Amino acid sequence: MKSKGTIMAELRLAGRPASPGFAEGAVVRVVEQKSTRLPTGDSQREAHDLKQAIKDALASISSLADRAEGEAVEMLGFQVAMLEDDALAEAAFESITQGESADKAWRKALDSEIETYRAAGDEYFRARSADLEDIRDTVLDHLSGSHAAFSVPPGAIIAARDLAPSRFLSVDWSKGGAILLSEGSPTSHVAMLARARRVPMIVGLGEIPECSSSIIIVDGALGQAVVSPREDTRASFLARQSADQELAVKAAVVEMQPAVTKDGTPIAVMINIAGVDDLARLDPKICDGIGLVRTEFLFGEGPNLPDEETQYRAYRRMLEWAEARPVTIRTLDAGGDKPIAGLTIDGESNPFLGVRGVRLSLQRLDVFRVQIRALLRAAPHGSLKVMVPMITAPFELDAVRTLFIEEYESLKAKSIASKMPLLGMMVEVPAAALAVSTFNADFFSIGSNDLVQYTTAAGRDIGAVASLADLRHPAVLKLIELVASYGRSSGRDVSLCGDAGGDSDLIPFLLRAGIRSVSAAPTLVGRAKLSIANFNFEKVGGA
Amino acid sequence: MNAPQMSSQAAVTGSALLTNAVGLHARPSVKLTQLAKSFSSTISVSTDAAGPWIDAKSPVKIMRVKAPQGTTLYFEALGDDAQEAITALVDLVERRFDEVEGDDHG
Repeated sequence: MKSKGTIMAELRLAGRPASPGFAEGAVVRVVEQKSTRLPTGDSQREAHDLKQAIKDALASISSLADRAEGEAVEMLGFQVAMLEDDALAEAAFESITQGESADKAWRKALDSEIETYRAAGDEYFRARSADLEDIRDTVLDHLSGSHAAFSVPPGAIIAARDLAPSRFLSVDWSKGGAILLSEGSPTSHVAMLARARRVPMIVGLGEIPECSSSIIIVDGALGQAVVSPREDTRASFLARQSADQELAVKAAVVEMQPAVTKDGTPIAVMINIAGVDDLARLDPKICDGIGLVRTEFLFGEGPNLPDEETQYRAYRRMLEWAEARPVTIRTLDAGGDKPIAGLTIDGESNPFLGVRGVRLSLQRLDVFRVQIRALLRAAPHGSLKVMVPMITAPFELDAVRTLFIEEYESLKAKSIASKMPLLGMMVEVPAAALAVSTFNADFFSIGSNDLVQYTTAAGRDIGAVASLADLRHPAVLKLIELVASYGRSSGRDVSLCGDAGGDSDLIPFLLRAGIRSVSAAPTLVGRAKLSIANFNFEKVGGA
Repeated sequence: MNAPQMSSQAAVTGSALLTNAVGLHARPSVKLTQLAKSFSSTISVSTDAAGPWIDAKSPVKIMRVKAPQGTTLYFEALGDDAQEAITALVDLVERRFDEVEGDDHG
């Protein structure tokens, strides 16, 4: 750390948006505390302490429930019902009589309970493991007396590895604030709570540097946080923040309407999702379809890779939600910045240039064929398009097509309902963009995040080169133009599904480059449509 | 158990198909156990007519079953209000736990 008085360089952190909104302030770091409780060695005393801790935890959760609203009431009600049930602690009390300490016994009992949830085939049951972790930790806090230690001043920007829903609910958010998580998920309970309370939240930020003495600004919708922002960065942040309120009102008006530019060109606006959870409470009328399903969410959650049935059910639900609208599901895109235990290769010297995306899938046919069968079986339930990430050379897509045909024939031979979907590719490697006409793809989807970072040789997670990783670089725009124009002349759909698709400032550049279909996070759809409505092809510059 | 009371203590059974999208999930489980607790009878639930039977008043045990959509739930009640209990529980499942359509978080 530099001493006070020296000017610290600004540091940009990029993660996944979990809840939109702006915040500015000091960071409060929440560190998980190791239990400081010493075992008494007396099993009666241990049992008594655990009983007391459960009772205290119940009281604190019940009092949160009394003050909670909406979603939170249901969630806390579930936690109360579980804690009230003696069956939950049965195994713990049994190990205590065999000489185990209260905290170890409780942790072990809950961990094995949690494990059965994590291993569940159904995504919803898996998601409940977070509630049980919350219950476990609340009781452990009471056991070790560290419960009182969690207190965050109103308006604080919390930085943590992950945050339990009950902790979220114990914070006073009326003075603003935000949540920055180095791990976490946008589909978690705490993310849903944050959206409902309009608390900006970013997840998956990775290591959040020690910056307690600095000011941080947070843009939840963009998934960006900047530590020690420069004056110009801060000015543009403040401008966005004040424009935001005005915009939010207008965006809400156009959100449900089809997107059309000022001079009448219709533009398709689709949504990016990571799982079925993202669709809850979302009206399909908000979009022209799902432009990107990141299937990585299905993987890497439980201890095992998801089986065919689990994947089939998830894909089918997405197709049914979309009604007849197209749903573009991306095959597993692991590797790079998305490692999956037991699947991706550890210790690659440069993971972004290594075995990721389709390169990994073609090495792990055992895993890939399961996903392909699930997709083929889901296809009859809607309008499915399958896109393959990281395609670099035509033989890769040909190999994938052959696999689809093989699995389709074998399902047909067994009279299992299935259908060949349209098979397209992501264009994110500059080589693929430049040689776009050599691919036997049914459609193209430009992955702008990777296309930008590979074209500019500037990692999007490296703050020091962030200004180089710019979609507006003429080389990037030229590649996009090339793909869009080939799509038009060959009658193949072209869409764009990176962060740029939801960025009001970049959308005019995309439209000028020939893009007529974008895909964005559901929270950004209204703004994207607004930016499109303000765009005029007939005017020079487009505005 | 006293012999003269045998007739009123005969087990009452019933079954219903889980048709709500998320199966016997958090919120449905809590509703089911709360309803079961409102009766004095001993009530068991199973996903198979032959058992194993679990306590329908324990949310922890019911959540352990992780019954998905399409599972048939079997109920067995023993006690003075066994008949009312079975009727009410079967009705709750058939009403899809009064879940709002499209609102499938638990």
